[in-house]
Amino acid sequence: MQLTGASSVLHRHPRLRLLLLLAAPMLVLVVVYLGALAVLLLSSFWSTDVFTGNTVKSFTLDNFRDVVNSSTYRTVIVRTVLVAMAVTVICALLAFPMAFYMAKVASPRARRLLVVAVLTPLWASYLVKAYAWRSMLAGDGVVNWALAPFGLRGPGFGLPATVIVLSYLWLPFMVLPVYAGLDRLPDSLLEASGDLGAKAGRTFRSVVLPLAFPALVAGAIFTFSLSLGDYIAVQIVGGKSQLLGNLIQGNAGAANNLPLAAALAAVPIVIMVVFLVGIRRTGALDNL
Amino acid sequence: MNLSRGARAALATFMGLGLALIYLPLVVVLISSFNTDRTFGWPPSGLTFDWWTRTFHNSGAREALATSVKAGLGATAVALVLGTMAAFAVARYRFFGKEAISILIVLPIALPGIVTGIALSNAITTTLAPVGINFGLFTVVVGHATFCVVVVYNNVLARLRRTGGSLEEASMDLGAGVFQTFRHVTFPAIRSALLAGAILAFALSFDEIIVTTFTAGASVQTLPLWIFSNLARPNQAPVVAVVAAILIVISIIPVWLAQRVSSDTAGGRL
Repeated sequence: MQLTGASSVLHRHPRLRLLLLLAAPMLVLVVVYLGALAVLLLSSFWSTDVFTGNTVKSFTLDNFRDVVNSSTYRTVIVRTVLVAMAVTVICALLAFPMAFYMAKVASPRARRLLVVAVLTPLWASYLVKAYAWRSMLAGDGVVNWALAPFGLRGPGFGLPATVIVLSYLWLPFMVLPVYAGLDRLPDSLLEASGDLGAKAGRTFRSVVLPLAFPALVAGAIFTFSLSLGDYIAVQIVGGKSQLLGNLIQGNAGAANNLPLAAALAAVPIVIMVVFLVGIRRTGALDNL
Repeated sequence: MNLSRGARAALATFMGLGLALIYLPLVVVLISSFNTDRTFGWPPSGLTFDWWTRTFHNSGAREALATSVKAGLGATAVALVLGTMAAFAVARYRFFGKEAISILIVLPIALPGIVTGIALSNAITTTLAPVGINFGLFTVVVGHATFCVVVVYNNVLARLRRTGGSLEEASMDLGAGVFQTFRHVTFPAIRSALLAGAILAFALSFDEIIVTTFTAGASVQTLPLWIFSNLARPNQAPVVAVVAAILIVISIIPVWLAQRVSSDTAGGRL
């Protein structure tokens, strides 16, 4: 069959095909996204004129010095990382048994229903869910109402409430990759392990967990990064506590000190890049 | 795995409790939309349909919904094209820097939204505004597209890896051109992955608040921005609860659809 012009040229030149495939996505991601990030990081070396509020474009390390030397900033950064780690661990502990039940125990029909059930809340607005928790955790809310007969009280507003709400919000982002990972794990491997004499606990430790680990890490990328930059949930249920996101947002917005905001934003960027490079070999990126 | 009956029952119970936990706040929202008490006090002091009728006459919510749908469709369309192209390049070719490219594509979803937000906001003010592109729907679409690309990319990449390239090679060997092969062989194979990716991308865009805050400017109000500005007002909180209740109910349709068309039992990847 005679190939038409463009098709024939493309057919004979695989490198040209690759170039055309990559051109548009790379143009957008490199120019728009990396470009914007680079400009942001560049401005972290500038300063703000205290009188005019204008950005002064001369090189200085003052912003980074402020971030490192200020005990307030250090405390907030450590607090944010701990919150993000707590959220990630809680999500993993909740998501793994659920995903395991969905992938390996439930019938195929129930499986579909369960995936729908876990995914549907992703569509309910983040803000509405956060405010639902605010009303639940409030003094006259559901949580205190349900705990009252046992003589207990809920955590009220503060960091524990923030961890609860963030874990709640990001749980589907952990369940989905872990479920997909466990779903790909062949049943025959589990049977083989059983046939070789391993009990359920041993099979879990030696077969399921190592093979599902990349999927868990993939979920952790979402839960960790989403928690690391969040400044809205903590405003809604965090009481007076502040996280890194609040500092960045405050400096970028109300305080109009973009260079300092940029230096603060470098912190989550560095943490996430180190995280991504560290987990590269686990194959987690293929499990997103 | 030979799970004991006890272990199965324990897992089933855990699943049930997990789902109960997931749905408890949503049920609270649903009930709040009928609660006569404006501050969502518990237990409800009385039930009313007042907020529902009021919501249907709220033009602000309707316009915000329309804006959100437009932004979501725009970002999804961009993500479908760019995500599919990138997935093809990574799945079907070997080249230098492939790993760097796959990390680059994942970066917008792996970096916190506030970083993306202030980076884009700064870029718009300093470089785009001088050439006449101001904050508006377009900048929102671009901002959302950065993290929607990865969702489509992941779905298509997983499908391409699973199907392999041999069918495409066979098609080419039989004389089909590049475009013919795509239309008759490749596209049917990735169609459901595209749909699953598109639905998730739309969902992420539809609910995005942080990146939107920084890229929308004053003139554009998406539904999350409308919700944010109205939730704090005591008079509007019940109307917001109604909007949320409607969204929860409607959202079952696309999620269910993604499940039905997707041959992956996983029903899509993030």
